[in-house]
Amino acid sequence: MSVAVRMSAITKRYPGVVANHNASISVNAGEVHAIVGENGAGKSTLMKILYGIVAPEEGTIEVRGAPLHRHSPADAIAAGIGMVFQHFMLVPPLTVAENIVLGTEPVKFGVLFDRDAAEAKIRDLSKQYGLEIDPAMRVEDCSVGLQQRVEILKVLLRGADVIILDEPTAVLTPQEVDELIVVIRRLASQGKTILLITHKLREVMAASDRVTIMRHGETVETLETKSTSPGEIAQKMIGRELDAPPRPGRSTPGELVLDVRGLTAQSDRGTGALHGVDLQVRAGEIVGVAGIEGNGQTELVECIAGLRPSTGTIVVDRAALAHIPEDRHKRAVVLDFTLEENAVLGLQRNFSSPLWMNFRAMREHIDSIITSCDVRPPDASLAMKGLSGGNQQKVVIGRELSRKPKLLIACHPTRGLDVGAGEFVMRSLLSERARGAGVLFVSAELPELMAVSDRVVVMFGGRIVGEVDPTKVDERQLGLMMAGHGSSEAPPPLREGGA
Amino acid sequence: MLDQLFLLLALTVLAAVPLVLAALGGTCSERSGVVNIALEGILLAGAFGTAVIAYASGSAWLGLAGGIAAGVLAAALHALMTVTTKVDQIISGLAINILVAGVTEYGAKLVWKESASRTIALLPAWTPKGDSSLLFLISSILGRPLVLATILLVVAAWLLITRTRYGLRLRAVGENPAACDTLGLSVGGLRYSGVLLSGGLGGLGGAWLAFDIAQFQHNMSAGKGFIAMAAVVCGKWHPLGAAAACLLFAFASALAKSCERWKVNVPSELISTLPYVLTMIAVAGLVGRARPPAALGTPYEKGAK
Amino acid sequence: MKRHLRDAAIQLAVASAAVVLALAVGGVMIIAHGHNPFSVYATLFSESLGNPMSLGQILFKTTTLVFTGVAAAFAFRAGMFNIGGEGQLYLGAFVCAMAGLWLPAGTPGVVAVPILVLAAFLGGALAAVPPAILKATRGTHEVINTMMMNFILMAVVNYFLNRVNVETTVHTRPILASGRLPLLSSGVEAMRGSDGNASLLLAVIACAAAWYLFARTRTGYELRAVGFSPRAAEYGGVSVPRAMVLSLVVSGGLAGLGGINTVMGSQGYFEEGFAPGMGYLGIAVALLARNHPIGVIPAAFLFALLSEGGQVINQFVPKEMGEILQAIVIIFVVVGARLLQVALQQRRSAHA
Repeated sequence: MSVAVRMSAITKRYPGVVANHNASISVNAGEVHAIVGENGAGKSTLMKILYGIVAPEEGTIEVRGAPLHRHSPADAIAAGIGMVFQHFMLVPPLTVAENIVLGTEPVKFGVLFDRDAAEAKIRDLSKQYGLEIDPAMRVEDCSVGLQQRVEILKVLLRGADVIILDEPTAVLTPQEVDELIVVIRRLASQGKTILLITHKLREVMAASDRVTIMRHGETVETLETKSTSPGEIAQKMIGRELDAPPRPGRSTPGELVLDVRGLTAQSDRGTGALHGVDLQVRAGEIVGVAGIEGNGQTELVECIAGLRPSTGTIVVDRAALAHIPEDRHKRAVVLDFTLEENAVLGLQRNFSSPLWMNFRAMREHIDSIITSCDVRPPDASLAMKGLSGGNQQKVVIGRELSRKPKLLIACHPTRGLDVGAGEFVMRSLLSERARGAGVLFVSAELPELMAVSDRVVVMFGGRIVGEVDPTKVDERQLGLMMAGHGSSEAPPPLREGGA
Repeated sequence: MLDQLFLLLALTVLAAVPLVLAALGGTCSERSGVVNIALEGILLAGAFGTAVIAYASGSAWLGLAGGIAAGVLAAALHALMTVTTKVDQIISGLAINILVAGVTEYGAKLVWKESASRTIALLPAWTPKGDSSLLFLISSILGRPLVLATILLVVAAWLLITRTRYGLRLRAVGENPAACDTLGLSVGGLRYSGVLLSGGLGGLGGAWLAFDIAQFQHNMSAGKGFIAMAAVVCGKWHPLGAAAACLLFAFASALAKSCERWKVNVPSELISTLPYVLTMIAVAGLVGRARPPAALGTPYEKGAK
Repeated sequence: MKRHLRDAAIQLAVASAAVVLALAVGGVMIIAHGHNPFSVYATLFSESLGNPMSLGQILFKTTTLVFTGVAAAFAFRAGMFNIGGEGQLYLGAFVCAMAGLWLPAGTPGVVAVPILVLAAFLGGALAAVPPAILKATRGTHEVINTMMMNFILMAVVNYFLNRVNVETTVHTRPILASGRLPLLSSGVEAMRGSDGNASLLLAVIACAAAWYLFARTRTGYELRAVGFSPRAAEYGGVSVPRAMVLSLVVSGGLAGLGGINTVMGSQGYFEEGFAPGMGYLGIAVALLARNHPIGVIPAAFLFALLSEGGQVINQFVPKEMGEILQAIVIIFVVVGARLLQVALQQRRSAHA
């Protein structure tokens, strides 16, 4: 068993944070090696260092015994390393073939792009690895799963023996995930080495041969997947016993604070995003909305908040509505404004008359938010863009909660936040519920949803396809509903090994 | 009647040359993701460069080279400011227009002691005598080197952008520069090339302006750079579309000139607004359906989220 | 408030550095002409600032530039590029002159002056309406449309001019006497012969009003939000199309006010082709002022000084050098501001 990749004592410092500290990993040729850890554990950074996008301060890298030092992605590609990113690096208006060969295009007469040669090569490649695709299709017309295939073919074309997959299943349906796992195992059986970055333990158990756990920038341990369990891995990921999350007491929901019937709306691209959604939220309950991103959740929230036109009926008191948007940087705050100015965004009418802004009241307002939410640094005159994501979110939450709303909409509120900030968000949702507000909680993190929601509705294809009691349903069933299978169907068996 | 039509077509072709050249350049630049408002300044720089070199050397061909070089120089400054320094692309374009206006006027003073130059040598052209406007039309197209060159360049630009490997990369960089970066392509290099191409083509357009009246005049680009920009948008960032839009705008201004000759009782000032009004209508009407290159107007920063 | 002062001081430093660098470049050009830059610059400053009549001319040019400059800055603050200052100034001046001819001759000054000022504002605002509406409803970029309007308006106004009132050098009849603003020379005897007039005061007031709007009012808060982040502003309950229209139209009106400088001040009539290039130069003024309404005043003064000063030293270097210096100042300012932005970002990540 030869070693395909060895990274030793890698240290990478960014201003204010150590992303990797003395991290080491040894990957055998032909194996599927998972790298797991929570958000911020340093997995992506380590792989970006391997691929040459980021240069480490200390440490060495060897690929098949040969050292790789201060290299660029081009050098990594030459050494047989390919990386498929979490956010696809594709050019939508170009075809599949054009995207795949970009940078190593076949030419006719020295300058003309040889389209036929490119497409033929792609067909050969896709047959060789069992990745069905039409090379003449435009990428913007491809489904997400197909787009990922394009990314994989991109690295295979360049002769990658070592393929890094960075959170590949974040936007796939459970069925697409299973297909991907099949592809991964097939590639491994053909001699490719796969590095799989993920935080989803199900995939680790199903796809990998060995797993390396990272925590706070360090590599903690490497285990044989066969001989470990999700519980053991999760424990090492977090470093403490996985507590059962505090179950909120049974709520007795009060009056309706949101009544949506027959809601229909278009997406930004002009396609149908919502097809007749019915949804109710009552005071004192948290309604979770589960679903793979892109099934209408974004549009649903925007319609309720009045930011998107729709047909159907929405009965909600917009004056008593608070909204934590999913896009913090572009929606929830004005990055160039100060904390003080951001604290009244959406509330500016309460702090002003037509010709005068009440700065003293604004200052009191932000000061109280800084105190109650523990915002750091506690300086109201700082520009918002100087704060970390967690502290920015605290200001947003403090602002929205100050409205004492009847309905709070929280959309992916913990995205990009560290554990501590994430816990603060969850506590805030629960405290609003205790205060008697209704909460609509949209999230892609199923564990979160199940921990705090009183009930969870599932969205797929712009419709609500089901509702579940979080204490009685497991993630697998939920995942199936998210993929459009009704809860009446039995889940398909998870395929392991080669197909 | 047919006579007048030929004349009109001839005038259209002649008026279209600087617009088409500038618009081709604008297409290259914007396809790579760089907004190029400096087309106006590039045209003016090209006109000035042509006039100075042609005057100093007595050779029109050298003047032509000088015009192209001047255009490239102005474009290089735009590229330096927008691609390397990453200043806002619109502000950079405006600043260059002001700079070129000042420098060319100053330069004209130095060379000719006044704002307008003396007459300069012209490129060889076939200008048959006689009244036949059909002959005039034919000679306008076939008998003038720059007109022929423009037609060839339209075809060349189309082939370059849609059929070559370089064109594929150029388009990719304008849609998703991050993707190109991860594939090892040089985003900055490709964008520089797009902008410098617009400099060369625009400089050529400026050379035409100078040769057209055989001299350099203060601010002789007179908004043509902006009309060319509008043509790029109307043409949906496709070289053939942009050229067609330029022909349309040129037709409007040829019509304006002809109305005077035909003694049509329409006020000359109002007719002269035709190209500009048409531009506004065209840009307003088509923008809903036209999609610009996705990364247009955004400076590319490595590692930006 | 302390932070705002600190940010303003930083911007002032950037602008000042750019000016000094530009003057240095100018110095090199002077040397190339075979003269001593220090003595030439000394002549420039002393002859233009030291001579009251010259100073009056500089103040006259400053006035127009303040109006077009604050117009551009106003639009920039809200995220809009108003390139149409040239045409808005033209239409504003023309409408002001027309109003001045339409008012009966006996109208008292207290009535006439505000009406004429309002007319200039409305004229400029009207000029900005088509691009504003197109931007708000169809999303077409205002750069092209405001630019096209410049050419269209010049032609249209000249058309009307030729049919309404023609004197010897193609200008309108003089407006009513009570609509005139006093020249500076009426107060300062030494400035006699210069065109500087009381509209300078109105220009300063306009800047103060713009500053107050942005710094202290809800409308200013909302416009700034739109300028920084339209999607966040929308989330915050601001109607972005309305904000776009408001900012462009007010910006146009401010540029149109520049017309009172000649129509009510120095000349008393509207003349074809008056103040060429002042609209575009206003954009440069706004850039130098870093879009600060109060900063527009010294920035406009500097540009006017360079322009007038260029003429004073015409015997040493061609007066166009003044224009080149203006352009170089702009380039240094925008590049400098950008380099500063990069430096601040790096410092911020270092301290995060």
